[in-house]
Amino acid sequence: MTEREERRFAEVPRESIKLMAESTGVELSEEVAALLAEDVCYRLREATQNSSQFMRHAKRRKLSVEDFNRALRWSNTETVCGYGAQDALPFRPLKEGELFFVEDREINLVELALATNIPKGCAETMVRVHVSYLDGKGNLEPQGTVPTAVQSLSEDLLKYYQQITRAILGEDPHLMKVKSVSHDLDQLNRLLHMVKSLVQNPYLYLGSYVRSLVSSVMYCILEPLAASINPLNDHWTLRDYAALLLSHIFWTHGDLVSGLYHQILLSLQKVLSDPVRPLCSHYGAVVGLHALGWKAVERVLYPHLPAYWANLQAVLDDYSVSNAQVKADGHKVYGAILVAVERLLKMKALSLTLAAGGGSAGLPGTTTGAVGFRENSPGLSPPPEPLSEPPLGIASHLQAGGAGCQWEEWTPVSLPAMYCELYSFFGDSLAVRFSTDPPLGGAPSSRSCQPLEGRKEPASGAPNLENTRKMPQLTASMNISPRQDGSPRMEPQPPSLAATVPGRSLARSSSSSSSVSRSRSSSSRPGRSTSQSRDIFPKARFPLPQAGPPAFSFIIGGRQMGRRCQGRRFQTSFTPTPPLNTLPPRAYAHKLPVIGRVSKPVRRWTCSHYSLHLPL
Amino acid sequence: MAAVQDGQMELDAEKETKPEILSDGTSNLSGNTASGTLSSSPLTAAPAGGAPKMEDQQTLIAVLQFLKRNKLTDSVEILRREAGLGEDQEDSQATDGSGGGKGDVDGGDANSLLSRVSITSAAAPQSMCDSPLMFMLSAAGADDQPDVSVVLSAYSQQGDPSLYQVYYSGLKNFIESVLDCHRAELSQLFYPLFVHMYLELVYNNHENEAKAFFEKFSGDQECYYQDDLRVLCGLTKKEHLKGNEVLLDFRTSRFVLRISRDSYQLLKRHLQERHNNQIWNIIQEHLYIDIFDGMPRSKSQIDSMSGSLAGEGKREVNKAKVFHGLLKEPEIEVPLDDEDDEAENEEGKPKKKKTKKDSLGSKSKKQDPNAPQQNRIPLPELKDSDKLDKIMYMKESTKRIRLGPENLPSICFYTFLNAYQGLTAVDFTDDSSLLAGGFADSTVRVWSVTPKKLRKVKSAADLNMIDKESDDVLERIMDEKTASESKILYGHSGPVYGVSFSPDRNYLLSSSEDGTVRLWSLLTFTCLVGYKGHNYPVWDTQFSPFGYYFVSGGHDRVARLWATDHYQPLRIFAGHLADVTCTRFHPNSNYVATGSTDRTIRLWDVLNGNCVRIFTGHKGPIHSLAFSPNGKFLASGSTDGRVLLWDIGHGLMIGELKGHTDTIYSLKFSRDGEILASGSMDNTVRLWNSMKAFDEVETDDFTATTGHIHLPDNSQELLLGTYHSKSTPVTHLHFTRRNLLLAAGAYNSQ
Repeated sequence: MTEREERRFAEVPRESIKLMAESTGVELSEEVAALLAEDVCYRLREATQNSSQFMRHAKRRKLSVEDFNRALRWSNTETVCGYGAQDALPFRPLKEGELFFVEDREINLVELALATNIPKGCAETMVRVHVSYLDGKGNLEPQGTVPTAVQSLSEDLLKYYQQITRAILGEDPHLMKVKSVSHDLDQLNRLLHMVKSLVQNPYLYLGSYVRSLVSSVMYCILEPLAASINPLNDHWTLRDYAALLLSHIFWTHGDLVSGLYHQILLSLQKVLSDPVRPLCSHYGAVVGLHALGWKAVERVLYPHLPAYWANLQAVLDDYSVSNAQVKADGHKVYGAILVAVERLLKMKALSLTLAAGGGSAGLPGTTTGAVGFRENSPGLSPPPEPLSEPPLGIASHLQAGGAGCQWEEWTPVSLPAMYCELYSFFGDSLAVRFSTDPPLGGAPSSRSCQPLEGRKEPASGAPNLENTRKMPQLTASMNISPRQDGSPRMEPQPPSLAATVPGRSLARSSSSSSSVSRSRSSSSRPGRSTSQSRDIFPKARFPLPQAGPPAFSFIIGGRQMGRRCQGRRFQTSFTPTPPLNTLPPRAYAHKLPVIGRVSKPVRRWTCSHYSLHLPL
Repeated sequence: MAAVQDGQMELDAEKETKPEILSDGTSNLSGNTASGTLSSSPLTAAPAGGAPKMEDQQTLIAVLQFLKRNKLTDSVEILRREAGLGEDQEDSQATDGSGGGKGDVDGGDANSLLSRVSITSAAAPQSMCDSPLMFMLSAAGADDQPDVSVVLSAYSQQGDPSLYQVYYSGLKNFIESVLDCHRAELSQLFYPLFVHMYLELVYNNHENEAKAFFEKFSGDQECYYQDDLRVLCGLTKKEHLKGNEVLLDFRTSRFVLRISRDSYQLLKRHLQERHNNQIWNIIQEHLYIDIFDGMPRSKSQIDSMSGSLAGEGKREVNKAKVFHGLLKEPEIEVPLDDEDDEAENEEGKPKKKKTKKDSLGSKSKKQDPNAPQQNRIPLPELKDSDKLDKIMYMKESTKRIRLGPENLPSICFYTFLNAYQGLTAVDFTDDSSLLAGGFADSTVRVWSVTPKKLRKVKSAADLNMIDKESDDVLERIMDEKTASESKILYGHSGPVYGVSFSPDRNYLLSSSEDGTVRLWSLLTFTCLVGYKGHNYPVWDTQFSPFGYYFVSGGHDRVARLWATDHYQPLRIFAGHLADVTCTRFHPNSNYVATGSTDRTIRLWDVLNGNCVRIFTGHKGPIHSLAFSPNGKFLASGSTDGRVLLWDIGHGLMIGELKGHTDTIYSLKFSRDGEILASGSMDNTVRLWNSMKAFDEVETDDFTATTGHIHLPDNSQELLLGTYHSKSTPVTHLHFTRRNLLLAAGAYNSQ
C-alpha cells in the first residue's frame, strides 16, 4: 500500500477539502484537512465498491451514475445530482497536461423551451422473438445491427472495434462510414486521431483494413464536407491533418498498401483535374499530393498546374463581392500549391546536390536514411524530405532500378525548366520563398533574384558540371512510377527530358507554351514511351525549354534537412535554358500579390501539426 | 478431532455469553486480552503477596518481553512465577475455557499456551492507551451492534507491530520449505492469516505497519482473493473497520480450512519450536482447522474448493440427510383426448402411447427412497385449474423432444428492444405463455408470448351483471376492452431485480431495490401485497414449484421464506456472510438453495430452517442457480464465468464447466435433465452435456466421506455448443415443455 497501491484509487487532496470547507465558511487546520481527506477517500472507495453490486444486479457491465447514487443513498449520504444520463459521459482530454474531464455543455434553456422540434419520447420497450438456432445449428437470422463494413471482422477484432467506437464516437457505430458524420468536424477530427492511433498501434496488424482506413482518410482530404459550407469551420486544418496522416500510413504501412499508392495518386489527380469540384477539394488534393512526397507533386500536380492555373486565376481575378468567399478559398489553394511546388523544387535541387556530392556513397542508404529520419521525428512528423519515395511496395523497384543511369542529363536540365515554368505562375512569391530559406553563402544573390533580370545574367556557376554527374539512385526512384509513365525517360536524348512528367497539357489553354511543347514532345518522343504514357496521360508533356542559348545559370542553395547530412550545405548550379518566349504566363503572374503561405513551410507544417495533435 | 470440535462449540457458546459479561463490566473481557492494564477484578483477585504497582508491573512485563524475544523461556517462567504474574495464566485459562480443551487435543502442550499468555501480558503497556478506546467502543457497541465491540476487541494489542512481518515471513519460509504434498495444504493458511494480521494492525492503529505489511505480502495471495484484497487495502483506519460489514463477517465467522492430520502436526510442531505465538493465537482464535485423516490434498483439489469468503464448508455441515427425491405426483385421470387418440390410431401406434402413459404413472407411484414425506411441509391443495394444467403438462410432455448430444434444442431468442439498458430480470411461465420483465425504472412489464392477449377482469359492477351459471364464466369475466399484448405494473420505487410467476399463472412476484417483494395479480394486473421485511434491496425472489410459498434474498444477507397469505416471513435463513444474490426452490419444495456474494451456496431446509449444505468453490459472487429436474443435482454460475455442478445427496462438487468469459446470469436444465443451458453476459448461450457430467462422477465411499474429489477437466468434452447472440446478454433461459430453449435478453447497442 505504498504509492503504487495508492494510485489505484482516486485521491482527494487536502487542498480540495480545505477549499470546500472555506466555501462553507469553515476554517480547517492542516491536520483536520488531512484526516478528512483520507476519510473521504475511503468513503468514496467504499461507495464505489458498493455501487458495483447494483451494477451487477442490473446485469450491466457499466457502472452508471445511478448505481453510485444508490450506494450513496443506502449509506445515508446525499446523492450526486445532475448526471442522470444513462449514456456514457465521454471524457475529453485537455491538450495541456494530463487532464481529463467530462464535458459539461451549457444549455440555453430559452432556446430549448422555445424549440420547435420537440424531442420525441423514447421508443417503447418491446420484445421481438426469432428462432436463432434451429436444432442447435445455423443462425437463421442475424441479430442486432452491426454495420456491414465490420461484419466480416473476426471476433476479437469486432470486440476491439466495439471498444474503439464506444470510446471515440460514443453512440455512433458507423466508424467506417465517415459520411454519416461529415457535418461534425469534431467527430471527424476525433476519427482521424483514432485512425492515427490505430496505425501507430504496434500490436495491431491492420492487414487489408488499411485500405478502408485509407479510404476514410481520403474522404476527409478530398470530399466537400458538409462542414466546409460554413466558412468559419476550419476544415482546412482537418485536411492538412488528414494528409499528414495519409503520408504517415504510407510510411508505416507501405508494405500493406502497395497497390494503393497509385490509386490514390490517380484519385487525387482526378479531383485536381475536375474543375467542377469545389476549391476545398482541390486544396485537399494538393495537400494530399504534398504529403505523399515531392515525387507525387512532380508527377501529378506539376503537369496539371497549367491547366489548373487558369481556373484558379479566374477565381482569384474575380473581385466581385459574391466571389469573396470562393476567392479566399482560392488563395488557400494557391498557397498550398505554392508550398508543394516549392518543396518539389527544393527536393529536386537537393537530390542533385546529393548525387553530385556523394555519388554512390551518399545515396545507397537513402531508404534507410529516410526511415531513420522518420524515427527521429515520432508521430506525425511533417512529411520528411525524402529523397526516395516512401518505402512502398515499390521499394523493390527502387533498388532494382538503381542500375539505370539513363537520366543523368535529364534532371539537371529539368529543374531549371521547372523552375521557369513555375516561376511563370507564381512570380515573385516563389522566389521569395526560396530566399527566405536558410541563409546561404554565396548563392542567395542570384536566388533572391529579380527574376527576369537575374536570369539574363550570365552564369556564375560551373555549368558543365552536371554532365558528369551520376545519379543512380535518383534514376531508380523515378522508375517506380506505376504506369511506366517514367518510361519515356529511358531516352537519354535531351529532348525527351520534357516528357518526364505525365500530365495533361491539353487543358493548358492559358499557357502559350503548350503548343510548343506538344509539338516538340510528340516529335521527339520515341514510339514506345509515347504509346505507353499516352494510354493514361494522353498528352503528357512538359514545356521543354528550348535548346536555345544558355543565357544564364543560377545556383540553388540550401541546407539539407536530413539527419544524415545535418548542417551540410549544398550548392548547386545549373544552366537552364528557358527561352524567354516560353514565359508569357509570367505576365499575369505578376498580377498576383504574394498570397498564401509565405512563411517558412516547415514551420507551417509544424504549426498545423501541433494545433491538431492531441496525444491519444 | 472430535475434541477439537467440542472445544469449538464451547468457544462458540462462550462467545454468545460474552455480551452479557460485557454488561457487567468490561473487566472480564479485557482480562482476557489485556489483563495488566486494569486495576479491577483480575488484579485484585491476584494473590496479595505479589500484587505489584502498575509501574513495576510494566517494567516486569518489558523484561519478560525481552526475555521472550530472546527465547529464554526458562527465565521467563521463573521471573513470572516470582513476580506473581502467574495468575494471568490461570485467569486466562479460566476465561478462555476452550483453551484447556484445545491444549489437550494439541498434545497437551501447556508450553505453547503459556507463552501465548506471556505475550498477552507483554503487550500490556501498549494496550494501556487502548483501554479507554475499548470502553468507548463497547459502550458504543452496546446500543447499535452489541457484537461489534466483542468482535473487534479480539483484535486488541497482542504483539509488537513491527514483528508481524517477521512472523508472517517466518511462516512463509517454513511452508515453502516443507514437502510438496504438505505445502499445498499449508498454503491455505496464508490468506486468512494475512487478513487477520493486517486487520489486527489496523485495529491497533499501526497504520504504517499495516500498509507495509500489506504491501509486502498481498502479492502472495491467490488471485481469486483479489476482490477482497482490494477492499482491504483501502482500509487503513480503525474507524473504517466498524462500518465494514464484510470484514465484520470475516471476524464473526471462523475461516474454515481442511488440512490433513500430517500437515497439521507439521505446522504445529513448527509453531511450537519457533514459539510463534502470534500466529498460533490467530489460528486458535480465528481459524477453524478441520483435520482429516488421510492423504493430503493436492493443489488442484484445494483450489477447486477454496475461494469463498469464509473458507470451505465444514465437512460435518454437509453430512445432514437431504431428501432430494421428488414428491409423488398426484394421481390425475388423464382423459384421453379423442382427437389425439384418433390421430395416434391412424399412425398405428396406440400401444406405444399407452406404455408411455403407464411408465409415467408408475414412476409417480413408486416412492423414491430419497423423497421427503409427502406432507413434510404442507402444500396447497390442487385446484381444478391446477389439475387441468397438469393434464396439459402431461400431454405436452408426451410430445417432448428427447434431447441429447446428437439432438440439441432449437433456441428461440426473445430480444428486448429499447430497454435502455434497464432490463434487470426476466421470467417465463412454465407453459411459456407469458413473459415478465423487471426494469431498472421500477416497472414490471408482462407480455403475452402467445396470440392470446392479456385481459383484465371486469370491474365489480360489471361482474355482477354476468351470468355466473354459464359454462364460459371464466371467459365472460374478462374485459375484452383491456386486451393488449403487454401490461405494465407500477408500484415499486426502485429497480426490479427479480420476477417470478406463480405456477398457476395467476400471480407474479417481483423484488426490488426498495426493499419490498410485491405480489401482483395477473387477472387484475394490480398489486395485491407488498411484503416488507428485508429493508434492503431484495436481489431475487422465486415462487415454490407448488405455489403458495416463495423465497426472497437480499442485501441484508438473509433469505426469507414467505407464504403469500402471511405478511411476515415464515422462515429466515441466516448464515451467509454477504448478500444473498439468488434464491431457488428445490423441485420438491422442501429445500431452498441460495447463492451469495460470499461465494458460497447454501441449501436450507424449509421445514426447520437449518442450513444443510454449504458448497464452496466459486471464486466470485454467485448469480444463478438451477436444480436438475430430478432434484439430485444443483448447478451454479458465478461472475467468474464458471458453472459448477453439485451432488446434493453427497454434498460434493462433481463438475466444473469452463467456457464462459463473463458472469453467468442464467442456468436451466432441459426438461429431462440431459442438457444444461447457461446464458451469460458474454452474449452466448452454451449447452452442456449434463448427463455425461453426472454419470462420470465416481462417488465411491472414500470420496463421499472425505469430500475430496478429483475433478476431471473435461469442460470441452461436455460443451455441446456455443451460440452467440449479437450484443445481447442472455438474462434468462427457459425450456418449454417440449424442450425448445427460450432465451431472453436486452439488446445492448453499446
